[in-house]
Parts: sequence; C-alpha cells; structure tokens
Amino acid sequence: MTTMTADQIQSIEERFPQVFHRPFHKRFGPLLLVGGIFLYLLYALWFFNLPQVMRESHWERLPLFLTQWISYDVQPIFRLDEPQITAKYPRFSVLGPNPNPDWVKTNADGSVTILIDGTAKSITFNKTQATITANSETVAVGLGTGKPLISGPVPGWITAHEDEVVADMGFAGEARVTVDRVRIRKRFLGWANFVFDTRSPFFGKSASEVASLIVSGPELKPGTSNLALAGDNIWNNAQWQHGDVWSKLLQTIVMAFLGTMLGGIVAFPLAFFAARNITPSRLVNQVLKRFFDFMRSIDMLIWALFFTRAFGPGPLAGSAAIFFTEVGTLGKTYSEALENIDDKPREGVVSTGANGLLVQRYGVLPEVVPVFISQTLYQWESNTRGATIIGAVGAGGIGLKLWEAMRTNSNWANVFYMVLLILLVVFIFDNISNFLRRRLSQTIHDYNRIQAEQG
Amino acid sequence: MTLSVTAPPGATHQMADAWRRQTSLRRLYTAIGVGLLILALGSTMWFADEANAGHFFDRLPHLLDFLSWLVPKDWNDIWRAMFDIASPHDTGTQEFNFPLGRAYVWGSFYIPEYFELMLTTLNVALVSTFIGFVFAVPFSFIAARNLTPHPVLRLVVKRFMELLRAFPEIVIAGLFAAIVSIGPIAAIIAIGLHSIGALGKLFYEINENIDMRAEEGLRAVGANWFERVRFAGLPQVLPNFMSYTLLRVEINVRISTIMGAVGGGGIGEELKLSISRGFGAKTIALVLLLFTTIFIVDQFSAWLRRKLVGEQAFAMSP
Repeated sequence: MTTMTADQIQSIEERFPQVFHRPFHKRFGPLLLVGGIFLYLLYALWFFNLPQVMRESHWERLPLFLTQWISYDVQPIFRLDEPQITAKYPRFSVLGPNPNPDWVKTNADGSVTILIDGTAKSITFNKTQATITANSETVAVGLGTGKPLISGPVPGWITAHEDEVVADMGFAGEARVTVDRVRIRKRFLGWANFVFDTRSPFFGKSASEVASLIVSGPELKPGTSNLALAGDNIWNNAQWQHGDVWSKLLQTIVMAFLGTMLGGIVAFPLAFFAARNITPSRLVNQVLKRFFDFMRSIDMLIWALFFTRAFGPGPLAGSAAIFFTEVGTLGKTYSEALENIDDKPREGVVSTGANGLLVQRYGVLPEVVPVFISQTLYQWESNTRGATIIGAVGAGGIGLKLWEAMRTNSNWANVFYMVLLILLVVFIFDNISNFLRRRLSQTIHDYNRIQAEQG
Repeated sequence: MTLSVTAPPGATHQMADAWRRQTSLRRLYTAIGVGLLILALGSTMWFADEANAGHFFDRLPHLLDFLSWLVPKDWNDIWRAMFDIASPHDTGTQEFNFPLGRAYVWGSFYIPEYFELMLTTLNVALVSTFIGFVFAVPFSFIAARNLTPHPVLRLVVKRFMELLRAFPEIVIAGLFAAIVSIGPIAAIIAIGLHSIGALGKLFYEINENIDMRAEEGLRAVGANWFERVRFAGLPQVLPNFMSYTLLRVEINVRISTIMGAVGGGGIGEELKLSISRGFGAKTIALVLLLFTTIFIVDQFSAWLRRKLVGEQAFAMSP
C-alpha cells in the first residue's frame, strides 16, 4: 500500500472542499438534533411526572383486564355460619335466577366440593376445615379456631392474611377462605349469555332446542310467535344490548357518511372559486382559501362540542361537526386538484365559444372528478374512524357507548364486542373505498394510456 | 389530398343511433346514481335527526340563543381569561375565577392556566409522535418487501401495524386510564401506539420505492442487514420520513385535544367543561388559543416540510 504525501492529501482536500470543509451546521446539525430531542425527552419526563405516575400505576391489572375481554367469571359465596352450607350467587349472576351448576357438589357428609378446574384445582370444605388442591399440592386450612390456620408449609400460590387465605389458581379463578365464609371466583372462557340473557325463556337451552321451539314449539308468550320472541329477546339482551350497540354503530357510520358527503357537496362549488386558475380574482381565491383553513383549524372536537350543545347529544351533532371540518379539508384538496389540471382541454372547449359553465363541465370536470371522488372516499374512510372518537365527547354513535362501558372498568367483554364491531366496519369500509379507488385509478390510468398512444 | 372513404349507405345513421343510445344509457346510469345518492343522503339525514336528542328544525331557531351565551358581557374578559387576570365581574362563580389557575414558576411570575394546558396537549402530541417514529422506523424496514430480513417476519409486523392502526384510540386510552390513572400518560400511550401503525404504513411504502443500487453495493462488500438498512436505506428515505412525521404531529395535536376532552388532560378537558357550562369568555379564550396553536403548528410544519422535501411534500394525500 502506497502512502500519500502531505502535498497529495492537501491537494485532495482542496479539490473536494464540500467533503472536507463542511459548514458547521452540516457537520453538527444531526448531533445537535439528537441532543435536542434527548433534552426534550428529559423535560417531558419531568413535565408529565413520569416516575411518580409509573410508581402509582397498577400494571398487575393489565392481564386481568385483558382476560376479561374474552372471559367471564361466576362468584358464588358460601356462608359457613348458617345451619346448612348453601351457595349464594350475586343478584345478576350470568347463571340465571336458579343456578345449580355441576361444578358445585354437596357431598354425603355435608361438605361441599367446588371444581374450579376439574379435580386438579378444587376446594372441599365443611364448617371446620377446607382442603384446597392445585398445582398437584393439597393444603388443609383449619377453620375451627377463630382464624384460618394452614397446617404444613404454605406454597407460593397461597397468600395467608391475618383472617383470610387466598388461593390463586391462575386463569381458572381463585378461592378466598375465612372462618365464616368461602368466596369462589371461577372463570370461563368466552362470552356469557351472548344470545339470550337470563330473563329470556330461551335461556339455558341448546341451539337445537331453541330451533325446535321456534319451528314447532308451543308459543312461550301467548300472542307472539316464538321466532318474533327470540328475535326480540336477542335484540334486547340486557347484558349485551345488541340492539343498542348496533343502532349506535349505524349512527357512527351515518355520521361519517353524512358529514363527508355534505362536506363534499358544499366544498365542490366553492373549490372552483378558490382555484387560482379558474377564478382569476385573487381576493376571492384568498378569502375562500383562508375560510377553508379556518374550518380545518377549528378542529372537529370544537365543532362537536358546539353542536352537541346546540342540537343535544346524538348523531346530528356528530354529522354537523364532520361536515364543518370536511368543508375545509375537502375544499382545500379539491381546489389544489383544480390548480394542478392540464389546461389544454379547457382551452379547447373555450375555443369553441362555450360559456363559463360549459367550459367547467366539459373542459375541467372530466379531469378532476376521479381525483375528487378518490379524495372524498379517503376522507370518508378516515372519518369512519374519527366519528368513533368524537362520539365519546357526546356527539353520538358508538364512541359514547364505548366510553361509558369503559368507565365502569367491569364491562371489558362488552368493550371488546364493540371494538370487534368497529374493526369489522373499518375493515369493510377500507376495502370498499380501496376497491373503488383502485377502479378509479384504473380509469385514470387507461385514460392516460390512450392519450399517450394517440400522441 | 382527397379522402376516399366509402361508407355503406345508412352507416352514419347507424353510428348516430348507437351514439344516442349510448349517451342516453349513460345519462340513465348517472340519474340512477344521483338518485340513489340523494335517497341515501335523505334517509341518513332522517335517521340522524331521529336518533338525536334534539331535532334539527326544533333546535334551529335556538341556534342563535346558543351563540348568545358565547358573547361575553365584557370583551376584555377574553384576554383576562386567557392570561389569568382578575376580572371586575368576578362573582365568585367558576365562570370568572380566572386567577385561580395560575401556575407560579418563580416569584410572582406565572404561566397562565390555559397556556399550561395547551403545553400539555402539545407535549402529548410530540411525545407520542416520537414514540411512533422510534418504533415505526425499524418496523418499516422489516415490513418493506425489498429490505425485509424474513418474509414471515414481514407479514407479522405488517399485520401488527394494521391492528395498531385500526384499533380505536379511545379503547387503548380507556384501558390505560384504568392502569396508570386517568390523564395525559394514558393519552400518550394510546396516540403513540396508533402513530406506530400509521407512520409504519407510510414509511414502509416509501421504503419499497427506494433505489436498490446502493443496497446492492453494500451487499457486495458483505454488509449485514443492519448496515445495509443504515447506509443504503435510511439516507434515501429520511427526508420523507421526517416529512410524514411532521404531518403526523399536526394530526396528533388534534387527536390529543380530543383525547383531553374524554379525560386525557390538557386543553380539551377544559374546553369541554367550559362549553358544557356555557362560560362565554372562557370558551372564546380557549378556542382562540387552540385555533392559533393549531394554525401555527400547521404553518411551521408546512414550512419545515417544504424545506425538507420541496414541493413534493404537498402532492401527497394527508
């Protein structure tokens, strides 16, 4: 390898000053940017008080909430200070008014066995002793001495408090034992009573039983056919509120459709006046463009809050909010599309002596309509998502219902049901819009190809 | 030059007829299309009106009443509300308790409440965009067809980003509000996760359009995946990445305002309260502040994007 002399190095340096003598901001710009971002993040850490928020947060709730999305639990309580041990279920238990589940067994000697996960995870108790089995270990808890006493070593899945023994059995549930009561939580995968709630006469029947009742059974409610009754019971399911959820979902879809369409209809003529090349008055252009900016900048939330106050909560307020924002957004994109058109077709139409309106119709419109439709579809798609969020501030639709279900912190299965419906709707609308836009761009493509072939 | 076209007799008539048939058919289709659209608009309007708490024509005469509460008794109250200066109209109610929200920084120097709230909203937007950017960049290189380390990994990452994008933000915000307590952190997590999906999609579409010759060169000298992405991919796409990220900042400022209104802290919360209680001066002050901020953010980002990628930044759809 040959070494370079100082002169050679110098000559190379002189020949490529842009490489060897870069200005300061180019050399250190990226480093300064990264440093600035780092400092900003430190500031944000302090601003949001992140360490304290993290200390006070309850991350152990996350897996619990997530399991609640796809499962439900039953929580019977067994009183031990009464003559006979009997199960008490919460008032609105998913098992209906007269539960007699097969996982609760009363033995011949008066003790009760609860199969939380088969016999592998179970608890058997009478008034003086409880035997808990899980993870192939058996623990006996004495209840006779005023507080629960564990005999033998305490395994990791049991927490012994002063007056309560908690056996954690993972996803399957848990058992809490005190001297006078045993509380059980047994978890089931799936959604409880998704079709019929506990008040329905069809509750607890298998699919084939329901089908035979509908086809040939006696009328369960005099004067109503069983089919109508079943439909009504499903629609008004108290726990899942199918009817309400679906009509709220429809409201959200309607909000997005109505707002975007009306916005497009109003923005369409205005865009022609805002486009520099179509309306030669600079004053009109600028006034309209600033108007579009104004409508966009006010933000959908502010419009939603105002219209919720004006019209009351509901889809009308949401539609109006989307409409006002969309006039701005679509007006801006429409007028930009108009300013980018090829002027030749228009000149051709002008040369035939057509009047103003006809020039727009035959010289401008054919060029921009596919672009307009494509942009409107795009906005429609994005508003279908947006309508969910503004719904939560009172503008109607499924957003509000979703927010209310989340506020209680107990209805996560219902939340997940609505989320799935929203995902489905967004998916369907994405595909419709993509399909239509692809067809449109195909049209534009064909048009360009034909033009290119003709020269 | 003479044209010698011999058409069979009646051909012109046939052509004219065919043309007329075609145009009348097209007109019929257009009419049906427009008719369907009008029908859809009419029925959805009726549905929206029916489902709403107040009805359009009942409420229309009261629209101006609703504007009347907005007009403050004293226009100066707007500035007083904005800068937390005591109002002479103070009656001890929440409507005029302007100085109460002062956040003292040093001595008698304070940041007015609304500026502090606006800052919270802006910080939520910036931090969540940063989170989105940091995760979207590596994801986008994995998800790009031409740069992916493994096709299966690509599919997984793509689906994951789709899920993040489609999942409603308020659900994530609500879930985390129950974990880290209601407030800006939950909003940051929600908007950040959504931004990962949204930016990731835009980024990998850019990545798929890069010039692959630089990558081939690096591959020839034996560079590993990380080096190829770092030295062949990133320099080509970074300006476009930055441009899309700035666009995302604009969107996130808006979303974080909305998140505020559903409990995410910041100016949205105060605005919702102020409008629902009918505090005229406070509402106008808040709207002015929000409007100005969004306007400035939009203009600044547009200026920066123009510097980064030129006019091309404005050809792409938002």
